[in-house]
Amino acid sequence: MNATTMAERVRRGEIAATALAEESLRAIRARNEELNVFLHVDEDGALATAARVDDAVARGEDPGRLAGVPIALKDNLCQVGIPTTCSSRILEGWRPPYSATVVERLLDAGAVPMGKTNLDEFAMGSSTETSAFGPTRNPLDPSRVPGGSSGGSAAAVAAAMTPLALGSDTGGSIRQPAALCGIVGVKPTYGLVSRYGLIAFASSLDQIGPFATDVADAALLLEVIAGHDPMDSTSLPEPAPSLVAHLGDGVAGRRIGLVRELLDGADEAIVASVRRAASVLEAAGATVVELSIPELHLGLSAYYLIAPAEASSNLARYDGVRYGLRINDEDVTAMNEATRTAGFGAEVKRRIMLGTYALSAGYYDAYYGQALKVRTQMRDAFRRAYRDVDMLLGATTPSVAFTFGSKTNDPMAMYLSDVFTIPTNLAGEAALSVPFGRGEADLPTGVQLLGPGRSEARLLAAAKVLEDAERG
Amino acid sequence: MSGLTRAEVAHVAKLARLRLSDEELDLFTVQLARILDHAADMQSLDLTGVVATAHPYDLINVVREDVVRPSLDRDAVLAAAPDAEDGCFAVPRIMGEES
Repeated sequence: MNATTMAERVRRGEIAATALAEESLRAIRARNEELNVFLHVDEDGALATAARVDDAVARGEDPGRLAGVPIALKDNLCQVGIPTTCSSRILEGWRPPYSATVVERLLDAGAVPMGKTNLDEFAMGSSTETSAFGPTRNPLDPSRVPGGSSGGSAAAVAAAMTPLALGSDTGGSIRQPAALCGIVGVKPTYGLVSRYGLIAFASSLDQIGPFATDVADAALLLEVIAGHDPMDSTSLPEPAPSLVAHLGDGVAGRRIGLVRELLDGADEAIVASVRRAASVLEAAGATVVELSIPELHLGLSAYYLIAPAEASSNLARYDGVRYGLRINDEDVTAMNEATRTAGFGAEVKRRIMLGTYALSAGYYDAYYGQALKVRTQMRDAFRRAYRDVDMLLGATTPSVAFTFGSKTNDPMAMYLSDVFTIPTNLAGEAALSVPFGRGEADLPTGVQLLGPGRSEARLLAAAKVLEDAERG
Repeated sequence: MSGLTRAEVAHVAKLARLRLSDEELDLFTVQLARILDHAADMQSLDLTGVVATAHPYDLINVVREDVVRPSLDRDAVLAAAPDAEDGCFAVPRIMGEES
């Protein structure tokens, strides 16, 4: 049963929200020790929230569009009173005094947050292996990573612990784990979903988005969390778009660009999946044209200067003064150093160092300044492409889920697993990953659909065509 | 090659308020140099006249009515702090000993 059906049945009083919450808790208990998906399970809170939904139904009130649907939250999203760690020792034990706007909207819609999921420390990584609390295992093959950084949220959905989850995507952190776990993941247009209460990594790139087992559920969840929020000054000044109503729009008459750079270096099976997706879209009435956007090759270089630069600034707030860890030392500067040295893991330190270097006197123009100009070129290149086509098609990742330890000794190798997803974040546009086909070891492969800002309805309708073809 | 030196890495660590061991300094010097070398493909581009993009949208100032609104409860915020005193965050000494 998908989330859409669950909510409909709860609203009609056919199933109890508390029964769904208990079922979710059973599924979590059955595999969490093995997979390390949830860092915190809010059993009492979930059952209380579900009971409120059931009370509303009993009183004849509408409990909301996600009535009784269990949902997992990436542990960089604040929920008041619930431990929030960003998978870092520096925030261990911290309980936020406020909730993220997305969490408030979920509760208003009757959803039932079950707990907080594992991620790469401060969302810096592509496998959850940088988490201070150990990696998450891929439910489809526990010898492999679930992807990252939102690996716990993707695994929660793939393991059927919850039908929905929220993640955040700074360079691919929703789409890449969605592809590796065989589920749907959406990186919405920058500003579509409020970032208030999302712990910042790289503020000009971060965006919250949905994980779901199918396209319809992803559309429903995105509709619930999207829309203007005065608490986020970068929030788009408009209400949530209509997505669910457009799921059946299809692709007839659409022009779709198959991007060569979004296949370069990908496994043969993944290239085959993307080419087969192109045929399915053509058979459904779209025109697919093969094209090249050479600027995409520069995305990785620009991203690995811009994101660390913003991170080095954002993470300056972990100084042992206002929240989280403090290691005392002789004076305040020594205390700051002792706290940060003990609290941050190696990947976070590496990125803070890289960002501090890129922003430091004498190197600013050569590195950060140059990266910002490349970002302009990337955005312009996408805009030129979208004058000719309605959306773009490519691979989400170069490979299927990889094994633990295979990329941890070489940061550059790990960074390359986001090579196809990064350009969208730099441009601030929309993209999603939908499971389509199989690759190495019979693991799922993801197909990526990319569009201009505010094109979510169009992308989801195309993803639905692929999903329908795959499910027969 | 970026030519990043161990001394530069040590200086950056000081700026970032991180203490690195000798082993970490060696490792980071090699790893950061590799990442910067990858960025060299941007260095060779002629981007004269290209405007920098710091943000995906042309941001405008967002203002609201200047009215009092509730904010976070002070006690709740201070309860999460490592140390607090008299309604303030407390930190180790900042200045030298009083003479």
